[in-house]
Amino acid sequence: MNDPKIKSFDTFSFNSKSKKEANICIAKYPKGKQASAVMPLLDIAQRQHNGWLPRVAMDYVADFLKMPRMAVYEVASFYTMYNLSPVGQNHVQVCTNLPCWLRGSDRVVNAIEKNLKIKMGETTEDNLFTLTEVECLGACVNAPMIQINDAYYEDLDETSVDILLTEIASGGAPKVGSQIGRRSCEPINGLTTLFDSSKD
Amino acid sequence: MPKLIIDNNEIEVEEGLTVLQACEIAGAEIPRFCFHERLSIAGNCRMCLVEMERAPKPIASCAMPVADGMVIKTNSEKIIKAREGVMEFLLINHPLDCPICDQGGECDLQDQAMGYGSDRSRYIEGKRAVKDKDLGPLVATVMTRCIHCTRCIRFATEIAGVPELGATGRGEHMEVGTYVEEALTSELSGNLIDLCPVGALTSKPYSFNARPWELTKTESIDVMDALGSNIRVDTRGNEVLRVVPRNHDDINQEWISDKTRFACDGLRRQRLDQPFVRRRGKLEPSNWEDAIKLCANKIKNTDPLKIASIAGDQVDCETMFSTKLLLKKIGCTNVDCLQDGAKLDQKVRSSYIFNTKIAGIDEADAILIVGSNPRLESPVLNARIRSRFLKGGLQIGLIGGAIDLTYPYQHLGDEPQLLEQFIAGKNKFSKVLKKAKNPMIILGSGAINREDGAQILHNARKIAETTGMIADNWNGFNVLQSAASRVGGLDIGFVPEKLFNLEDMELIYLIGADEIDFNKTKNAFVVYQGHHGDNGAHHADVILPGAAYTEKSATFVNLEGRPQRTQKAVFPLGQAKEDWRIIRALSGAIDKPLPFDDLSDLRKLLSDTVPSFGSMNEIITNAWGDFGLEGPMTNRRISNISVNFFMSDPICRASITMAECAKAQSDRLAREAV
Repeated sequence: MNDPKIKSFDTFSFNSKSKKEANICIAKYPKGKQASAVMPLLDIAQRQHNGWLPRVAMDYVADFLKMPRMAVYEVASFYTMYNLSPVGQNHVQVCTNLPCWLRGSDRVVNAIEKNLKIKMGETTEDNLFTLTEVECLGACVNAPMIQINDAYYEDLDETSVDILLTEIASGGAPKVGSQIGRRSCEPINGLTTLFDSSKD
Repeated sequence: MPKLIIDNNEIEVEEGLTVLQACEIAGAEIPRFCFHERLSIAGNCRMCLVEMERAPKPIASCAMPVADGMVIKTNSEKIIKAREGVMEFLLINHPLDCPICDQGGECDLQDQAMGYGSDRSRYIEGKRAVKDKDLGPLVATVMTRCIHCTRCIRFATEIAGVPELGATGRGEHMEVGTYVEEALTSELSGNLIDLCPVGALTSKPYSFNARPWELTKTESIDVMDALGSNIRVDTRGNEVLRVVPRNHDDINQEWISDKTRFACDGLRRQRLDQPFVRRRGKLEPSNWEDAIKLCANKIKNTDPLKIASIAGDQVDCETMFSTKLLLKKIGCTNVDCLQDGAKLDQKVRSSYIFNTKIAGIDEADAILIVGSNPRLESPVLNARIRSRFLKGGLQIGLIGGAIDLTYPYQHLGDEPQLLEQFIAGKNKFSKVLKKAKNPMIILGSGAINREDGAQILHNARKIAETTGMIADNWNGFNVLQSAASRVGGLDIGFVPEKLFNLEDMELIYLIGADEIDFNKTKNAFVVYQGHHGDNGAHHADVILPGAAYTEKSATFVNLEGRPQRTQKAVFPLGQAKEDWRIIRALSGAIDKPLPFDDLSDLRKLLSDTVPSFGSMNEIITNAWGDFGLEGPMTNRRISNISVNFFMSDPICRASITMAECAKAQSDRLAREAV
């Protein structure tokens, strides 16, 4: 909270693109209830500011929405998806909740830590990756999974996550979603209907 | 009105109450931490669980509105078990540091743990530790003790109007604080200490001073501003250790300002504890006999028309009354209780009091504030305006400098000529006043303490009359006095019969008057009677040590015209004496003894002379009348008198705590200016 790095940022304001998006969000709420838009606005601010929110950005959003600054700090510190300290270009968020864990998230975590040469909660020296542990991201059907920035990568194991990270590090854009060829969250053994007789 | 059965007793209560309040009315005590009558309902401590028939689970009674036919059980086995469970959860992370906690002995958690706590814990895990927050020089924090009731957050946001406290983080990582490590900017922050049900927020100046059971508690009245807040003075031996509020719904509710609460350490410093006499330009210790004899000789040998007496801001009515009588006996009428030069009209009582009454603010629907910063002149009254504003339907206009009042208002400008616009009905806000059912005008010292104050008073009266502020059961004309002695002084008539010039006087008798222009007293023989070695004492030739407000039983009339009495909590310091006794002794020394020998005789004479003193704690109705002076106003803009809130009187100026507050404030302003 009182990281000297955080204090060194002393100005923040929306660029024209952010401002436009912010005004669209505010317009969704009745007049005088603009504070309801605090969450999307914090997200817009975070996206503009390399994926994290310095205090000045929270203050800016508070003033933008004419609401107490403290109320914005409360929201921003409550939700883990707002980063209050700097993150690398690629924010690797690994789910370690029960379904992912049962399907081998420990092995995925080990592989990531080995590949990036950092531990959980750290950022690589080249500022390319930050690794964090998160709670369930709602893709249990394709567990284990990780989220890198906005994209989900599912059905992972040691090898596939290794390939994935290496590709991202070299500037590539790997396929989003299941890494074993599954379409969306369809059954792994192909489609079924209620008319099919049970295969098991 | 809904009828419900509480513990087998049928009871009928008002609509809109909560089950908890209904239970209290029915005589059942409900434990609680987060619920507070004057704050919004949070329902997060879960201590107030009760059993409701046909409800599957215990309900939080503080958050459940009453309904007809409810059957409530407050003491069933199930409920006691549920509360024990809640208590066990609250204590998971609460440290067992009662022996070193200042809240010990007056702690809600401690008390309720006696009823619902277990004598041992079932947890072997470590307790969580939370970093303490810096909330400035008044409120000490031990955040590990916090049980997250959020009373402090709700108080700061709702009552004080400074939304600077909040809860950051979530779950076990939730912390109450300001997030940005800044001191609170409220003049009411001390009330957080009373609100906190545990020892997380305690008084910094009072820390580790005493246990509550060591203290002698005396119910009294505050004199730091004109509101007359009801207080309790806690003492040990002959030392005032702290001041806490008493509830009075019509005055201060249960809040007091930081000045009221924390200036009491000033009562121990810079005190005048023996008479002093100036010899060869230096003040030297003396004794009562010599000092009184010297004063008496001076009075006898001075032309009565060249004698004047000025009363300061914290002088009690008995003293002013006896001084006036004494001087009258020698043929002098040069007395003044308006040391700030306020142009008030003593003849019409409704012209200098807060006619609407403090509780009347709750009914107002439009307020015009002229030349006042109620936030500094009377913080608790300002909180009342704010709470009225929050209920909705109140419009506020301000003439004077723009300031942060903790609620929004229309800034109408600062030219005195605006008042004439109002009389003519030409201002945009005059329509608001006319349409309002209960409109109010509040005149502050910034409007009256000017050379054209009498003209402004006249125009304000006209506004009141033309906008329907004066009705059969409503009087919306208000003067916001900022000194505790002012209304009492005017009631007694401690004002000159003919205006006099202080510079022409040969003998000036100052009673606790420290804020006058002392260049004007250079040629006179100055007697200072008071309790602090402040400006007045420095310029005096004789000092007669008096008693401070905690050291005497004395009458003060608050801004709405309500006479109230302080109680003697401690004895006057050293050789100091109660002020009326000094005047009585002086009257004997000049062979013109006053007709009373004890306080009750004096009070009887006072209430016979001024009938409003006859009924203590009550406000008599005052007739409307003609006051103020017709005539042109100057062009000087109306500004709010820029008093330093923490340095406004001799007690505050002697207080280390107040000095720290003033420093914290100026540091913050300097930081913000960068």
